[in-house]
Formats: sequence, C-alpha cells, structure tokens
Amino acid sequence: MDKKFNMSKIVSLICGIIFGIGLTISQMIDPAKVLGFLNILGDWDPSLAFVMIGALIISSPFFHLFKNNKKPIFVDSFSYSNNKELNKKLIIGSSLFGAGWGLAGLCPGPAIASLALFNTSSIIFVITMFVGFYLVKLSDLTTQAR
Amino acid sequence: MNIINFTPVSAFLGGSLIGLAVAIFFVFNGRLIGISGIASNFLNSKDNRFDNFLFLLGLILGPIIYKVFTQQEINISISNSFILLAVAGLLVGAGTRIGGGCTSGHGISGIGKFSLRSIVATITFMIVGILTVWIKNLI
Repeated sequence: MDKKFNMSKIVSLICGIIFGIGLTISQMIDPAKVLGFLNILGDWDPSLAFVMIGALIISSPFFHLFKNNKKPIFVDSFSYSNNKELNKKLIIGSSLFGAGWGLAGLCPGPAIASLALFNTSSIIFVITMFVGFYLVKLSDLTTQAR
Repeated sequence: MNIINFTPVSAFLGGSLIGLAVAIFFVFNGRLIGISGIASNFLNSKDNRFDNFLFLLGLILGPIIYKVFTQQEINISISNSFILLAVAGLLVGAGTRIGGGCTSGHGISGIGKFSLRSIVATITFMIVGILTVWIKNLI
C-alpha cells in the first residue's frame, strides 16, 4: 500500500514531464502556432489537428481496454467524471474559454508549461487564469450556500 | 484559405507523447488528464493535491528537460498587451471551470472516451476561438 502510494506520485510527475515535452515538440507551447490553427478563415496552420489526432490514437484505446478493469495499477479506484449532461453551462463555459483561447492563443496546458521560459506574458496569463478558477469556485460555493 | 507553417510530423509526434501521458495516467493512477481540472483542483481542493502539484511541476520541467537534451531553444511569441492577456487568462480560467474542461480534458481525454459532452464542448470552443481570431484580425 505504502509503496503503491509513492509510485502514483512518481507517475504524476512523469506524466507531467511527458505531457510538457509533447507540448514542446509539437510547438503547441507557442501561442503563435495555436493562433495559426484558429486562423482557419485566413492563413491556416493545421498542425494542432495533428496533435489531437496523435494524442487520440495513442490514448483512446487504453480508455476502452481498461475501463472495465476493477482498479488502476497504483491506486485503489478509477476517479474521473462521467458527466454526460449537455447543458447551458457547458456551452457558456466552453464559449468563454474559446474566446480567451482565441484572444491569447493560450490554453491551460501550454500556459503552465511555458512558465519554464520565464516569459512575463505567460506569468500574467497563468495568474489571471488561476483567479478565474478561484472566482468560479467562489460563486459555486455561494450558490450552494443559498 | 492558404496553408502555412504546417508541421505535421512534429505535431503528430508531440501529440503522441501527450496521448502517452494521458494513457499512463489513466492506467496507473486511474484519472483522466485535463490540465484545467488538475490546475484548478490543485488550487481549490485538498484531494490529490500533492499528485496535482507533481503533475504541474512535471509540466513545467518538460520543456526544460527538452531544452537540456536537445540543446535547442524553445521559441514562443506572444504579441498581446498585458491587459489583453489578463482578460484572456480570466476567460480561460472561468470558462474551463464553468464548461468542465479545456483542450486536453474535453479535446483529448473526453473525445477519447467518446463522450458526446466533450465533443460538443470541443466544437464550441473551437468555433468561438476561430471567430475570436477572425474578429481580432478584422480590427
């Protein structure tokens, strides 16, 4: 049990590293590259689509092969959202995210990974992104309290 | 529409690595990678906080390790004003929490498990992102 506990921590670190290297190799860490993808109505750089295709080809089979397993290898149970709701919140939230994504060319993964480059712009973006996380949490708490 | 700066091979390779991280995290730790979820839970929740911290630390170490091993500079260009970046950061932070995911959580993990919710979310943020860039280019 104790050993497994520690192994899951190592897996978390390694997965973060692999993910960060993947963002770097695919250049998705560069907002200009992402904006090039979103500029499909102008000069289009389709690279981001290939990033998603590569990621899906590798990861998707594992979800379907392992989802009926009783437990993951290093922890006691699977824990992920099985939310199937299609509601206003999903559309509003995704639209707000899309607007921010289109404004800066940054989404959460590349923004955090780019902190490695000590770029002032990334730091500002990440700080305000965390403020956004916090504000939603706060408003959720107030709604629940009512 | 013209196609420019297209780098399919490095995109596919990098994407495969991202997929590998998602697969390992699922099989070993039983969780799906969504960066907005991991980052906001690190801030807002005590559950798995150290795991989430280590993942985020790794995410920052990744580019550094790449740089050390390849001896290549990582070039990024962000041309926006700080005000615009701050607004964008707020929108991305709040939007991903209200919508329950970002490019990784909905776009990769969610679509990978064939979730209709995630497919709808991904189409939505892509369309709005595309329109935002289009409008920005008009101004």
